[in-house]
Amino acid sequence: MGTKNIFNEWGIIITLLLIALPIIVASILAIVKAKAIIKNYLEKKEQERFNNYVKDLTPIEVEKLEQRKRALEFALSNNELSGETTPIDNKGLIDNVSEVETLRFIEQKKKSQPRPYIEPELSKLIIWYLGCATFWLLFGTTVGEYLGIKFVAPDVDHYSWLSFGRLRPVHTNAVFWGWASLAMMGLAYYVIPRVSNVPIASIRTGYRSLILINVSVVLGSLFLMAGINNGGGEYREYIWPVMALFGIGVFISLRNFFKTIAKRTTKEIYVSNWYIISAMMFLLVIAVVAYWPSWQTGLGETVVQGYYMHQGVGMWFMLFNLGLMYYFLPQQLNKPIYSYSLGILAFWAQILFYTLIGTHHFIFSAIPWWLQTVAIVGSAGMIIPVVAGTTNFLMTFKGSWHKLSGSYTLPFYLIGIIFYFTGSLQGTAEAFRFTNLVWHFTDFTVAHSHLTMYGIICFMLWGFIYTIVPRLTGKEPPQITVGAHFWLALIGLLFYTFPLMYGSTLRGLMWMEGTKSFIESVELMAPYWLWRAIGGSLMWLSHILFAYNFYVMVKRKDKITVPTSPIDILKAKQEMDTQAQTN
Amino acid sequence: MEFFDNHKKLFRTALGLFVGLTLIVAIRPAINNQNNNAPLPNYEPLSEQAYLGKKSFIANGCVACHTQQVRNVDMDKIWGNRPGIAADYAGITRTDFWRNTATLMGTERTGPDLTNIGARQPSMAWNLLHLYQPRAVVGKSIMPAYPWLFQIKNKVGKDEVEVVVPDAYRKGINGKIIASQEALNLVAYIQSLKQTQLPNGKAPMEFLYKKKESPTGKKGSTLNLPDGKLLYTNNCMSCHQANGEGLKGAFPPLKGSPIVLGDNLELYVNIIMLGYDPRPEYATMNAVGTDNNLTPEEVTAIINHERTSWGNNAKKVTTEEVKKIMDFIKITTKK
Ligand code: HEM
Ligand code: HEM
Repeated sequence: MGTKNIFNEWGIIITLLLIALPIIVASILAIVKAKAIIKNYLEKKEQERFNNYVKDLTPIEVEKLEQRKRALEFALSNNELSGETTPIDNKGLIDNVSEVETLRFIEQKKKSQPRPYIEPELSKLIIWYLGCATFWLLFGTTVGEYLGIKFVAPDVDHYSWLSFGRLRPVHTNAVFWGWASLAMMGLAYYVIPRVSNVPIASIRTGYRSLILINVSVVLGSLFLMAGINNGGGEYREYIWPVMALFGIGVFISLRNFFKTIAKRTTKEIYVSNWYIISAMMFLLVIAVVAYWPSWQTGLGETVVQGYYMHQGVGMWFMLFNLGLMYYFLPQQLNKPIYSYSLGILAFWAQILFYTLIGTHHFIFSAIPWWLQTVAIVGSAGMIIPVVAGTTNFLMTFKGSWHKLSGSYTLPFYLIGIIFYFTGSLQGTAEAFRFTNLVWHFTDFTVAHSHLTMYGIICFMLWGFIYTIVPRLTGKEPPQITVGAHFWLALIGLLFYTFPLMYGSTLRGLMWMEGTKSFIESVELMAPYWLWRAIGGSLMWLSHILFAYNFYVMVKRKDKITVPTSPIDILKAKQEMDTQAQTN
Repeated sequence: MEFFDNHKKLFRTALGLFVGLTLIVAIRPAINNQNNNAPLPNYEPLSEQAYLGKKSFIANGCVACHTQQVRNVDMDKIWGNRPGIAADYAGITRTDFWRNTATLMGTERTGPDLTNIGARQPSMAWNLLHLYQPRAVVGKSIMPAYPWLFQIKNKVGKDEVEVVVPDAYRKGINGKIIASQEALNLVAYIQSLKQTQLPNGKAPMEFLYKKKESPTGKKGSTLNLPDGKLLYTNNCMSCHQANGEGLKGAFPPLKGSPIVLGDNLELYVNIIMLGYDPRPEYATMNAVGTDNNLTPEEVTAIINHERTSWGNNAKKVTTEEVKKIMDFIKITTKK
């Protein structure tokens, strides 16, 4: 079996095709970007040449040009009829004309569009959510990077609190519940009131929920490092009182959102809200099922674990992010979503199939065979929502591809969407029984986790954050550091995952062959683990840049802008007057 | 659609669908599993010490790298004598008020599966040293070291267990390295991890995806024996080391060993099958051959590998000779 050519196995072929996809897209993106840069460069050169020409103009030539100019510009003065007095322009018909004053040689990327008014209070809340999320991203991935280093240098330290087994769940839980969850909820505080067209029901509740979740992650991390955990199930390592804080946090925000939607002034419920509200409801169900003690004896624990692990990622992170995508993508492209009903189909299909597939984490284990089969069938069924979702997003993109080269947020969206396709279908391929034989228990799973949680969820979240924070604060991040963030994260992710997938395939085949000892398979992985640490370092670096960009977007100090338009001047005067009154 | 414009109806429907499916694929199977499985008749619950050791295993997150499940596929054969079944886990209940059940099945095999480690590697001395510094016994290991489970003392007290650590790994330590109670508990837990025998007469499930049997030796010849080097690596190397030189103060060398090179085959086979402990300067060897169900062919292959490696140069033995001794051992130990 082991010696059979693995390239004849469907699961493997599909996976190879899938992982080729992001590379292709990344290459195209790189080419598009490079072209833009070259064009830029050529234009600059052109301008230099022009400048030199101008410098070298002789007085005679100048005189000639001026003559020509006068001839060209000759026109009537246009006030032959109206005289010299300024007209009264009550309706702003004359003064509101904007014009392009400067010739632009460097193509400016689109700045985020100014948006309708958002209450400053709400905008502060959202910034707090995103700020905390950024902190947990830095913390969580610093730990992740350190874990990666431990594979290469297992003796870097000997502190019990920092030992691998204790630190690993600190990493996974901090990036799950601290970074991704807080970022999603912060963004939901923006989206839900927007699409319901009413103010949020309660801003205070938002802060309460934020505090509860932060406390939960702080306590959870400390407990894990101190050796207090729930007993083994992945992402279920926080003990129940700690997880309860998180649950309550989500619950009160859910009620808050629900009340907001109930007050909506639009008739229909925009599909984003379907996804977001459902994700929050489902998370609570999942957490209760996972922590409730009466069905956890013996293998019951494992059945629940499979369910929990998968619903955690699929019904919380993925569903929530899809909801956000249905709002942000059309916004960013300035056009409606390609097909609203496809979004709804994907919604129901996702619930139907995703819920079934938890046990595919325990294929060939002592879990009932029928349940494993249901899981495998469900994994195949996932093709429906994934293809529906991807098609919908890409068709929305269609006709706006040119915007990619000029936008610093859209590349994040596109990569997120591509990984949504490959990452999810890769999961399907992994669930086939042959591929599972090769890959189960190896680092392939870890590569898959990062292709999805990182490639899909993180990239989408970054795209959304870069989209809204400038709208809230009016400050743009430096485009160069955003670009650096994007490329470091993407290249880092590829360095992290591809060698790992290759190495773990070799390792799995070695296990199947059975002619080498286990320790040789540990040795075999050494170079791939080193690559993982290298890729991880790039990713980590990109997060530092992201944090810096975030800081730039929210930092207090404003460049002083002197109001020029009558509206701004009046506003400034009004503000001054009210200040004078209150003082 | 009217229906979907009513937030209450919409969200109730979605929640209902999700909860319904959850009942079918998670809660009901979980409850069924829990109610319809009982521990096997000869299942031995953990001793108190082993139970404390398990808590330490949980606290240190060993499950991050070690699974405890033998799947019903051929490649998992090396981790147990039979595939795991639901009954194997049925005796595991909630840890305590704060903590959930810990079946510790795991999801990743960065390190070996531990389902049957109590049979494969029960040596106390090896396990303690391995916990203190895995690379002292397995050079290429990347497992974390757990030195905080050990204390440095000037004298070895009564009932205390000293760990003899090779010089390369005791930099800056002058005293004796003593295993703490927690380390001993942890080892007790490791030693307790053995697959329970199925009740008499019950055939275990088959391993699936079998490899084509590689032709094993015709009886009596030394040709076509299984791979002695691999068997040595899997069963002997962690103590006697890849270079056959053992570890000073813990595991004796096989290179140049009079027993390996000598003519007393009976003693040699006896040691492999039944263990050995007459020499106080070394740790106890467990009954490696019996614990791992080694066949006469396999024992012969190992012996021949040891007799002809690392500069050893002794005559190979035949399966017949070994089988005769093993049959005799079986009869005498039955009594
Ligand atoms: C600098 C970036 C990161 C590095 C270097 C890193 C590194 C690691 C390492 C070394 C592991 C342990 C793998 C093992 O036990 O074999 C791990 C596990 C994991 N990480 Fe990360 N990580 C990073 C970022 C993230 C992010 C941002 C997320 C999610 C939002 C994430 C999600 C996970 C998950 C889910 C696992 C468990 C994988 C599994 O069990 O299959 N990681 N990571
Ligand atoms: C206190 C927790 C742990 C305990 C009690 C433990 C126990 C063991 C035992 C008994 C073995 C020998 C298995 C055999 O010979 O078949 C082993 C091997 C191994 N373990 Fe662990 N382990 C723990 C934590 C870890 C962690 C966290 C890692 C991963 C980072 C790890 C990685 C390995 C590897 C790679 C091997 C194979 C090489 C070797 O024998 O050292 N272990 N472990």
